[in-house]
Amino acid sequence: MSATDLLRLSAAELGEKVRAGETTSVEAAGAYLDRIAEVEGDIHAYLHLDRETALAQARAVDERIAAGEDPGPLAGVPVAHKDVFTTEDMPTTAASKILADWRPPYDATVTARLRRAGTVILGKTNMDEFAMGSSTENSAFGATRNPWNPDRIPGGSSGGSSAAVAAFEAPLATGTDTGGSIRQPAAVCGLVGAKPTYGGSSRYGLIAFASSLDTPGPIARNVLDAALLHEAFSGHDPRDSTSVDAPVPPVVEAARRADVAGLRVGVVRELGGEGYQPGVQQRFQESVELLESLGAKVVEVSCPSFDAALAAYYLIAPSECSSNLARFDAMRYGLRVGDDGGRSAEEVMSLTRAEGFGPEVKRRIILGTYALSSGYYDAYYGSAQQVRTLVKRDFDAAFENVDVLVSPTTPTTAFPIGERTGDPMSMYLADLCTIPSNLAGNAALSVPCGLAPEDGLPVGLQIMAPALADDRTYRVGAAVEAALAERRGGPLLSENAYAV
Amino acid sequence: MSAITRDEVAHLARLSRLALHEDELDQLAAQLDEIISAVAKVQEVAQGDIPPTSHALPLTNVYRPDESLPGLTPDQALAGAPAVEDQRFRVPQILGEDQ
Repeated sequence: MSATDLLRLSAAELGEKVRAGETTSVEAAGAYLDRIAEVEGDIHAYLHLDRETALAQARAVDERIAAGEDPGPLAGVPVAHKDVFTTEDMPTTAASKILADWRPPYDATVTARLRRAGTVILGKTNMDEFAMGSSTENSAFGATRNPWNPDRIPGGSSGGSSAAVAAFEAPLATGTDTGGSIRQPAAVCGLVGAKPTYGGSSRYGLIAFASSLDTPGPIARNVLDAALLHEAFSGHDPRDSTSVDAPVPPVVEAARRADVAGLRVGVVRELGGEGYQPGVQQRFQESVELLESLGAKVVEVSCPSFDAALAAYYLIAPSECSSNLARFDAMRYGLRVGDDGGRSAEEVMSLTRAEGFGPEVKRRIILGTYALSSGYYDAYYGSAQQVRTLVKRDFDAAFENVDVLVSPTTPTTAFPIGERTGDPMSMYLADLCTIPSNLAGNAALSVPCGLAPEDGLPVGLQIMAPALADDRTYRVGAAVEAALAERRGGPLLSENAYAV
Repeated sequence: MSAITRDEVAHLARLSRLALHEDELDQLAAQLDEIISAVAKVQEVAQGDIPPTSHALPLTNVYRPDESLPGLTPDQALAGAPAVEDQRFRVPQILGEDQ
């Protein structure tokens, strides 16, 4: 097979061909490494690339298959791995200067399961520092560009992962979603991204941002590929005390089923209207009509507390971050600054943290410290936790009457690089539609639903389902994907400037 | 009235062990003022006796069987340390002269 043919295969197809002996893991990894060498200068999706380590993994997978082992449907398929998961054989930085040269002594559970499944980790992808951001501009190591338009952001925080997949620098990528950090970059890069049910995928070895919200999930070019990756790394992990001890929802089966006949779909009234880009609203409305034409029963649903979800999130997430990031103390690992023999540990700690953390991380640590301080705790953190209860109740009430809820994934398409960096509140609005599912912990997925007429950039449809009903989001996503591809005469992604 | 003053930001920075520059304090005070005013919206909605939710799922403590498992070797544990001495993390002085 030619290298271009290999790059064009879906992850599912590539895995089949590797297992059938029509290509090898080494050949596939080589094609992607060459592709990376060709376009990475334009995109900057990766923070760490190591051709030899990647090829060594690929050779090992080919040997496992030759020895009669069947690692599963993704054996030999390359993956771009977000640089927030620890990897024994590659650096892990969370895009922060404070971890610039850190090599973890252990693999995250997600990493270990990627290896078990026979995938080949090509490299570690760029992100907003400690996953705090919606544009990947908060990386300490430079911004990533959107393959649809290099002057636009690729979303964030998993923006390196989304850009890598959209530019065909990887067929699959991992991400983490705390307030939308998988779904938003997937949406603005024309990809599929899923936030599994909280606890459905392990946080062990995931550098913590907000522990009650952080959820690893897949980013892929199509719904089935996302489902295969979801299934490969999810499931109960005894090393994560918040891991759900239940079977992985049948997401692959659901992606193959792709039918919505008779399904009850609720359109969330609060996630639309003023402040939403017209082209986003238009494509969203068309996908709702599409679902109806496919036999779904569509009703409007009101979730009034969603109006306060963004505010609650920007208290809860910074509060948890201010506590989690206390571990970066310059004592046991990572950066140490100013240790001249005369300064105390506390002074060295303060200098190191000021030098090692970027502006957004500092902002959130201070905000969280404020929200948790005595005298303000009840008014801010306490109230935010009450809003979290209300958001959960709104979801519970809605799911009594509908099977899934839908909304646009983001209020706008990819915005220009630099447009929102000076205005944190406008940046935070990018997470408006995705945050409620993080607060409630339920499953949600973003699937491309067209290009906005005014700027030609991708729009995402968000599908939300109750906790542990992740399969429903894949079922609906796959149905929309198939109907849209038929209407457009091909996959949306093939229209981007970096498509092969 | 502003929601947060520059002095408060300086105090929070000390609590957070962040040695911020003067210009950072100025910028943060202005930005945090705007952010806090916006997130204060939670107070309008969260009134009365609504119970708080700290976590999406009901949590119970999880124990593993009391068995010894392989851990990191001292070399692995110290591999990322900024300074090491005699198989230990070497850190700056943590107590004052008279403590």
